[in-house]
Amino acid sequence: MEGKVGVFICHCGGNISDYVDVEKVKEAISGLPGVVVSTTTMFACSDAAQQEIIDSIEDEGLDGIVVASCSPKLHLHTFRGVAARAGLNPYRYVHVNIREQCSWAHRKDRDAATEKAVALIRAGVARALRSESLERFRVETRPSVLVVGAGISGLRSALALSEMGLSVTIVEREEEPGGFFRKVRNAYPGGLDGREVVDSLLSEVAARENITLFTGAQVVEKKGTVGDFQVKIRVSDGSTVTLLVGAVLLATGFEPYEPAPGEFGFGHPRVVRLPEFLELLDGGRGMSLLKDGDTVAFIYCVGSRGTKGCEEARPGDYCSRYCCGAAVHTACRLAEVFPGVSQYHLFRDMRTYGKLEALYEEASREGAVFLRFPGDSPPAVVPDGERLLVRSKDTLLGGEEVEIAADLVVLVTGMVPRENSGLVEVFKVPVGRDGFFNEVHPKLRPVETVIDGVFIVGAGQGPKTAQEAVASALAGSAKCASLLLKGYVELEPFVAEVDRDLCEWCGECEKVCPYGAIRQVHCEGKEVAEIVPALCKGGGSCVPACPKGAIDLAGFRDSQIRAMIDALAGGGA
Amino acid sequence: MRGPRILVFSTINISDPGIDLAGASHMEYPASVEVIPLPCSSGIRPSWIIHALKRGFDGVFIAADGGDCAYHPDCTTLTGKVVERAQEMMREEGIDPGRLKMAAICSVCAEAFVSHMKKFSRYLEKAGGRE
Repeated sequence: MEGKVGVFICHCGGNISDYVDVEKVKEAISGLPGVVVSTTTMFACSDAAQQEIIDSIEDEGLDGIVVASCSPKLHLHTFRGVAARAGLNPYRYVHVNIREQCSWAHRKDRDAATEKAVALIRAGVARALRSESLERFRVETRPSVLVVGAGISGLRSALALSEMGLSVTIVEREEEPGGFFRKVRNAYPGGLDGREVVDSLLSEVAARENITLFTGAQVVEKKGTVGDFQVKIRVSDGSTVTLLVGAVLLATGFEPYEPAPGEFGFGHPRVVRLPEFLELLDGGRGMSLLKDGDTVAFIYCVGSRGTKGCEEARPGDYCSRYCCGAAVHTACRLAEVFPGVSQYHLFRDMRTYGKLEALYEEASREGAVFLRFPGDSPPAVVPDGERLLVRSKDTLLGGEEVEIAADLVVLVTGMVPRENSGLVEVFKVPVGRDGFFNEVHPKLRPVETVIDGVFIVGAGQGPKTAQEAVASALAGSAKCASLLLKGYVELEPFVAEVDRDLCEWCGECEKVCPYGAIRQVHCEGKEVAEIVPALCKGGGSCVPACPKGAIDLAGFRDSQIRAMIDALAGGGA
Repeated sequence: MRGPRILVFSTINISDPGIDLAGASHMEYPASVEVIPLPCSSGIRPSWIIHALKRGFDGVFIAADGGDCAYHPDCTTLTGKVVERAQEMMREEGIDPGRLKMAAICSVCAEAFVSHMKKFSRYLEKAGGRE
């Protein structure tokens, strides 16, 4: 391969050079064909070292550079920037990780670590020699956002976005906005009334000129890409409206788990879910199902953590997070309204994190009895005349069988995602095995999805308390605004390309692409596949799907990967 | 190079950070393990696997995205197909299909990665080097 590559090997102040003989690496690399600069540096990321790399690119006329240093998660963008400042296309830069994946992992064998560093850099040089100039796509953005869902997360997001100068359209499927929180009469902490909170948010929304709220409306179609989406919605009178927005924020929330018929006695008039029980309790002592002297049994983890109350049950495998706190909060309120009622709480593990622990202690003080059942052997609920017998093992009593004659059984049901299949189909946002929307990275990119410009907030992403849902809503709004207020976006250029000479349209590539980025076109007398770059996410599943090997991913081409394998295996670059 | 040579295909956003974490936590695994990161494990060409085995690698390990994949909800199935086809090709070439392994490695799966590498190394040691 022709080309002039410069290789910069970082000591990382000893993090690398204490375990890898960087001088030896430098010598081994300097002899490779195409390598015109091979040098070591104490900290490649320092300002001075960056300037040296820039000088090298300019003085030697380099057309590719390799920096062997830490993980690309830390400095890939730093060195792409260095290349750009020296007038070199940033995609002619190759990052080689010889810290996390070499020096730090092989500290006890300097020779082996040194040999591995040489091999990794050789592969980096092979890739750099075959690198090509790629251009990120620049797309102008519209200063407007579609918020799907008018629960507490969606409403709070809309206000935050509006405050930052973006115009917002909220689309709510239900006739009445407010979501689940609207039904909560007494939220912990502070005893907030959810209806009052929602009403105050709604009056604020109504007062904003740059927010429009559609209720009884649904998203039916999405076209375009980040910064410039055209979204069609069907409004309550049946007509459709097309919205032009730069980004989309999904705040679709959750619903309480619906137990299967017979699951923990569900279906019996004296077996209710926690949300319904709370509605009854909100009515005060007038509740017909309960009087002083009665016994109430709470069963936790219904619909969560794989706790199956019967064969037909389909619980989630996850912890629903809010229910332990909600149940002990309910225990305190029940003790207040019906001081003469006995309460038994059958739980798996008590997950009253943070300040909720105080509620657990208060419930215990108020006389609630807590019994712990094993996860693989949940309680059984058997109707017995007017009452219900709840049988359970109590692991706190060494697994002893206990039986509670209850007048009312409350199922502490978890959160399940709303039925969103239509929305998933429209936005192509991946959902996890649990049915909730998937973020790109749970810690590093918690409100972004793989679909650029589509964000997820609130309990639609996973179980959250109202407090956590609003925190996520504001995070999503900030990410949305930072994307749109700049006025344009740039996209990674790693997109698939079809070799039309090799392609004999069979449709296999189209089948594996979930983004609709591949279409069949007629070209020079035959049918071939065509990639729409703005829709291609660069996952590359179409590459092995093609029986003719006609598809390559820019930046990860067949020739590049093969050359890297050769170089690692010991061949030249 | 010490020990059987293993080529790992990792994924930039999911398994590569997991492998990084192993190093950052100073967990040791054989230095004869080398990594090529790609966007998604479903984009690996089976021919790359054969090429690596023919060029001197003793085994290939796919550190797959699994259920965490941000590109494909059915990433595991798609990557499974890649493995299936590669193993067919290996059989045709007279290569032990056990020299290709796949496991989901997430961004915090450092321990799992290290244990896979040690186990796979032992397997390949027993299986003997390739000519």
